[in-house]
Amino acid sequence: MKFLSQVWAVVIMNIRSIPSRMGMSLATIFAVAAVVGVLMFFLAMGNGFKETLDGAGSDEVAVVTRVGSQSEINSVLSRDQISLISAAPGIVTDNTGAPQYSGELYVIVDGIKKSSGTKVNLPMRGIAVEGFALRDQVEIIEGRPFETGLNEIIVGAGVLKQFSGFELGKEITFGKTTWKVVGIFSTGGSAFESELWADTRAVQSQFRRGNSFQTMRIKLETPGNVQPLIDHAENDPRLNVKIETEAEYFKTQGDAISAYVYFGWGISIVMGLGALAGALNTMYTSVAARAAEIATLRAIGFSNGSAFLGTVVEAIVLSIIGGVVGIAATYLIIDGNSASTIGASFTQVVFNFEVSPELLQQGMIVALVIGVIGGVFPAWRAAKMPVIKAFS
Amino acid sequence: MGDLYLVFKNVTRKKLRLFLTLFATFIAFMIYGVLMAFQGALDAGVELSADDRLIAVNKVNFTQPLPVSYVNRVRAIEGVEGTSHLSWFGGYFQEPQNFMPMFAAEQDTLLTVYNEIVVPDEQKEAWLRNRQGLLVGEKTAEQFGWKVGDRVPISSNIYSKTSGGQTWEFDIEAIYKGSDPQFDTSGVYFHFKYFDEARTFGQDTISFIAIRTVDPELNEQVIKAIDDQFANSFYETETVPEKAFNKAFIEQLGNIGLIITFIVLAAFFIILVIVGNSMALAIRERTNEIAVMKTLGFKSARIFKMVLSESFLVAIIGGGLGIGVSFLVTSAITGVPQIPPLIMTSDVLLSALGFVLLLGFITGIIPAVSALRLNIITALSR
Repeated sequence: MKFLSQVWAVVIMNIRSIPSRMGMSLATIFAVAAVVGVLMFFLAMGNGFKETLDGAGSDEVAVVTRVGSQSEINSVLSRDQISLISAAPGIVTDNTGAPQYSGELYVIVDGIKKSSGTKVNLPMRGIAVEGFALRDQVEIIEGRPFETGLNEIIVGAGVLKQFSGFELGKEITFGKTTWKVVGIFSTGGSAFESELWADTRAVQSQFRRGNSFQTMRIKLETPGNVQPLIDHAENDPRLNVKIETEAEYFKTQGDAISAYVYFGWGISIVMGLGALAGALNTMYTSVAARAAEIATLRAIGFSNGSAFLGTVVEAIVLSIIGGVVGIAATYLIIDGNSASTIGASFTQVVFNFEVSPELLQQGMIVALVIGVIGGVFPAWRAAKMPVIKAFS
Repeated sequence: MGDLYLVFKNVTRKKLRLFLTLFATFIAFMIYGVLMAFQGALDAGVELSADDRLIAVNKVNFTQPLPVSYVNRVRAIEGVEGTSHLSWFGGYFQEPQNFMPMFAAEQDTLLTVYNEIVVPDEQKEAWLRNRQGLLVGEKTAEQFGWKVGDRVPISSNIYSKTSGGQTWEFDIEAIYKGSDPQFDTSGVYFHFKYFDEARTFGQDTISFIAIRTVDPELNEQVIKAIDDQFANSFYETETVPEKAFNKAFIEQLGNIGLIITFIVLAAFFIILVIVGNSMALAIRERTNEIAVMKTLGFKSARIFKMVLSESFLVAIIGGGLGIGVSFLVTSAITGVPQIPPLIMTSDVLLSALGFVLLLGFITGIIPAVSALRLNIITALSR
């Protein structure tokens, strides 16, 4: 008890004296805030990107691609292969007994990125209206769906945020054909919102794909269970395909941004070392400035431990304030902002920066680590300060 | 002479503080050096592109094909010096992670249109002779330990062979270097003929046509002539200078330049507050001494110079170390696959020097001015 009240007294004394060392203390706060801010920027980017892909991937849907193609863009499936797979067990059927699946095309067209004015790759998906049912929360938020057989496009809400040229009512020319944007759709913020959707047949004829497809999506009877489909495909030499759940498919597509997240951690740790130097500087100065006080406390019976902890707590308080400032700044500036980068399918993926509770925790941990290390060494000096020397 | 000694003594008075201040400066300049080299590498793709080279792609998007028959028609256009064509292969060695930028190219013309690719003559001849020959960049060859004469299997995530399977066999016949250290030598090239005869689909189509013009002045005219020629055909073209093409390609990644600027600013902000405060504190602690020095007859201007020298000394030592280490870091990173060559160019060094001097000035000027104005009587009576 006595020890605790001693520590408390020293902590309060130290904190109250911070204003007399305002410059140095502010330097530490800002340095920690900058480090935490940079870290949060990258983590919020990685988190937002991941949520966009996770939101697109369902456990109830299987994705079929050609073996070795790695993403939808490189895959090719023939009409025959699609029919063969659709005969597999484990597929949900509708009330007429027809299996629920969607044969799709995935091609790349040009869009203009608003922020840079340069051309970027946008994915255009050839899809039948049945394909809508294989995705959760597809909603036409403006206009209407495309009509089968017509050169009509509906545009994901994410595309409109980042790219120009696909506004509602706009006409787009591909070679000799003209396409019209007739609707805008939302899928609750998932990766599909970065796509343009049009009727399968129309896309096949535009891109001279004959009657071939690229991927197939299948509604699974048992969510997550693709084994019956895989067994079926393995027994047929005509089927050289990879079958996985959509959730698994999108998990492998998420690598595109992980390099940024690793880089973010790397740069934050290096910058953190710089901020640590600042924190140590501040705390050594603080200890030096209070040398007489510390010695006095020791002389009147305060323990070494209380001098030690008092200094550590001061450093921690400064770093926590810095951490909160850094987090608040990133939260206010970037949370919810949208950005886009090129994904594994070589097309743009639109995502939002998202600061989540876990990220706040990681940011605060970094701040605390700087505070604790920055406090311990100067505190050691404070605790070891010879009483006599302080008075000389 | 004596002044310099005094400056040195003052700077090294508190060794721990000096060390911490130098360390913070060092970190910031190391970050600056490495990131600027990285930015330079990204820009190099744009800056190294030849002014007299154009790229013709499908107007819908560059991933859509063009008919190979277009190449001869483009070659016949006035102002065109030479053409070659390339097709993206989606190649990887053994594992998909070992991905490489690999193209099937019109072998006879590739090296005349891309003269940055430097190949020893006898290797060049050997590559042209062997249909299954592979022309490999130095960097990719190093990454996989390939040597001239090796036979290697390379898989494609797009194309399968008519003989079955997606793994293609190649003989490494030539290994090229870049004509500039910033030129990325990870590209791999093979004969279009081998590709076109062995693939299961997509015959007679290519990804893009590379065009050399007689003179960059004629670029506009050639671009118009090409695009007009194919207008209203099923495969309309869009021809752009290589520079613009590469720039747009990099922009697809997102605004990396902005991110780099943001980090560099944050890092500089950190050292600015840390170093600035340390300097201010150091001078405040010496108020008495400065007053005494003035009393002894040191001119105010001389004291001003000494204080400013102190902050410049810290900035130069810390910044110099940081830039020095970023040399080591960049040369260590340069060998890593999928990272372009990072070079500390003279531009990076000059701008770093500028920032070192700026830092020395900003952190020193306020303490120096207050030392200059210091009134002996008020200072000593404190």
